[in-house]
Amino acid sequence: MRYEYYSNLALVSSAVVYMLAMFAHAAEWAAARRLSVKEPAERELVNVAAADNVRPELDVHPELEGHRQPGSASGPQDQAAVSRRVEQFGRMGVALTIIGFLLSVAGVVTRALAAHRAPWGNMFEFTVMAMVFIVGVYLIMVWRAGVRWLGLPVTLLAAVGNGLAVTVFYVAVAPLVPALHSVWFLIHIVAAAISGAAFNVGGVMSILYLVKKRAEERDNVHGYLERLPSSRKIDLIAYRFLAFAFPLWTFTVVAGAIWAEYAWGRYWGWDPKETWALVTWVIYAGYLHARSTAGWRGTRAAVIAIVGLASFWFNFVGINLFVSGLHSYAGI
Amino acid sequence: MTAIKTRESAAGSKGPDRPDLPKLGWRGSLRYLWTQLSSMRTALILLFALALAAIPGSLVPQRRISPVRVSDFINEHPRLGPIYDRVGLFSVYTSPWFSAIYLLLFVSLVGCIIPRVGMYARALRARPPRTPRNLARLPAYAMVDIADQDDGVLGRAAAALRQRHYRVDTAGDSVAAERGYLREAGNLVFHVSLVFVLVGVAIGALWGFRGTSVVVVGQGFSNNLTQFDDFSAGAEFSEADLAPFSVTVKDFDVRFETGPVQRGAARLFRANVEVTERPGAAPRREVLEVNTPLRIGGTTVHLIGHGYAPKVTVKDAQGNVAFSGPVVMLPQDGNFTSVGAIKAPDARPERLAFEALFLPTAVLDDQGPHSVFPDALNPAMFANVWYGPPRVETGKPENVYSLDPTGLRQLRQADGQPVRIALKVGDGVTLPDGKGSIQLDGWVRWVKLQIGDTPGVPISLIALAFAVTGLCLSLFVRPRRVWIRVRGEPGHRVVEVGGLDRADARAGLTEDVAELAAEVSRPEDVSAT
Repeated sequence: MRYEYYSNLALVSSAVVYMLAMFAHAAEWAAARRLSVKEPAERELVNVAAADNVRPELDVHPELEGHRQPGSASGPQDQAAVSRRVEQFGRMGVALTIIGFLLSVAGVVTRALAAHRAPWGNMFEFTVMAMVFIVGVYLIMVWRAGVRWLGLPVTLLAAVGNGLAVTVFYVAVAPLVPALHSVWFLIHIVAAAISGAAFNVGGVMSILYLVKKRAEERDNVHGYLERLPSSRKIDLIAYRFLAFAFPLWTFTVVAGAIWAEYAWGRYWGWDPKETWALVTWVIYAGYLHARSTAGWRGTRAAVIAIVGLASFWFNFVGINLFVSGLHSYAGI
Repeated sequence: MTAIKTRESAAGSKGPDRPDLPKLGWRGSLRYLWTQLSSMRTALILLFALALAAIPGSLVPQRRISPVRVSDFINEHPRLGPIYDRVGLFSVYTSPWFSAIYLLLFVSLVGCIIPRVGMYARALRARPPRTPRNLARLPAYAMVDIADQDDGVLGRAAAALRQRHYRVDTAGDSVAAERGYLREAGNLVFHVSLVFVLVGVAIGALWGFRGTSVVVVGQGFSNNLTQFDDFSAGAEFSEADLAPFSVTVKDFDVRFETGPVQRGAARLFRANVEVTERPGAAPRREVLEVNTPLRIGGTTVHLIGHGYAPKVTVKDAQGNVAFSGPVVMLPQDGNFTSVGAIKAPDARPERLAFEALFLPTAVLDDQGPHSVFPDALNPAMFANVWYGPPRVETGKPENVYSLDPTGLRQLRQADGQPVRIALKVGDGVTLPDGKGSIQLDGWVRWVKLQIGDTPGVPISLIALAFAVTGLCLSLFVRPRRVWIRVRGEPGHRVVEVGGLDRADARAGLTEDVAELAAEVSRPEDVSAT
């Protein structure tokens, strides 16, 4: 009972801290609006540089003083002050994200101690764990590849995810129903959570790709967008995530089929969850094919990836809550 | 990647706007159709069509999953129901249009695979492509001045590349190397495996069978057609394929959550059974649980449901026992409010029948009698009574779970109200008008066993293992070409290294090329650019 109390405390706090982190990143990007905007040619060079190095550098170019937008800081000193503020907010965001991450890890661990089992037996627990994977991967990437530009969407996702989990999806600790007493409970669900996390990051990247691409095409890259890598680079990172997630998702579906054969006596029964898992799989298969088909690369492939993510979310939220089936483990 | 491009150009070169289309003739038309079908764009469209077509089956009730919900749906939507039925929305996954999409997709897949297997076979035998004239134009390039070193450079280059698992070809002043052949191999394995998955599924559908049987605890099941409550089998299945085993359910342990959280949720189902492989064989004891089915030969026995069977004794007007034993009742909700019919056709002078409600934890309030917990904490049975003249035994099958009131009249009290019986375990009541009596002796549980065999599963499973492996290879193997050339006069020699990645989303080409250049030119001073 005490463990459960601490778990809930940690998870609610993590949702709040993620929200604060999101505010910090929002402030970071708001401050970045006041950084100077360079000439298109200059920007092109920066993008090429960014393509070779994921780490976006601070774009402080005092020598470009003549090309300022209205509202941007007026002198080199001001520019430096603005960039310092951007940096401060950004670091604050990452620091808060780390705190939120540690809190949610603590929440998951205490939840497992409270329940005496792996902490992913229902929708609440699954969401919290998937968010741990998402934020964990993001933090590793911040550390190794300097992707702080992902901070705003990732903390938004984590705040919404954990927020929904502790409010709407919440269920108290309880043992598992007999159908979940299986080794596949460990394999199938962890694979689903990891591939789901990667789909989510890939989907966020694809959205950023579309936004950045549009801005590039309209020659209107400034503020937050300027600090993103080039659209080509974003597309590449999104692809890496989705290319990692797809085989794992395939494995998730196969592991689910094997488990279904043990638990329900058939490996495939067109249960709504199974159907949507297949739909998601097929959409991402379409994404991978689209990426190597002329006329489908880039924007269309990104749109497919976003549709795939929508299908993943519908399978997770919609099917769990609104459609009855054998995967009704939400317990709400 | 090149293979894919070839596929595109094959489709593109015979685009629909080519003016000479009518001259194709039937053979040409077929070829045209085939190229179209096996083009990547068609495959993409078919993939999306498949995703879209699968969706209605998850939202509209499906006959194979819950026939009751389908008939409810038709009753609730008298207009829409028949239309849905006609277009196959109640059996999406066996409907002609769904089948057409996935079959076309697989035809398209085969059409894509066959030429690519040939292309890959040629590529495997081919030597790495010749060194381009200008290596500096490649995406990664490094040059090292080796002054007047001897000719051992190329040998070192070849060795270094072989060590990195490149296929190496030395010709003249340069070494050409390629690696990552497994990418396309993985791609082909993945797609071929998908065909085998479908083959496995088809074998299971043709030769497999599946049926269920409700077995009261203490009783048994023998694997022959008469013992199944429902049964479905593929076209190639014959009754002789049923292994002659029998299973006796010795006892069945069920536990439900009694704590405040998820109260009433199932916590344990465990049946102790005795399996006799064939008549005369020694029985062996086994434990049957939800995630641990029995394997008897090639047949699997799953525990897929359970419920209650009240034990009743019915005596007729003459005081003779007209029926005695457990009556299987079907649970209607999560708390196992169960309904069923107790039939005593042998009661005389009039046969008796009861429409009964069995409640494991009975509560009687303004909602009427219902159960509030799935376990038998306060079992009770409620019933109303029907009687009628004896009926000639026709041998026609009838539903054992529901009462057909044809030829029966409901037993009523003097004031016209139907007689309602409420029984606790051990209770008995005498029916009015001297019609007889009924007693609730106790209750037992029943389990629903699913007996089945799906012979294609191992094929599908192995194919899926290959598919996932192939998929990983096709996504993670990095095909790369590297060329190393020694150029210049003695005394002014340089080593040039150029590299080209043949799949996007790869990193480290520049670093690898620089490293190669450094290694090949050793022990001299390195100045990679």
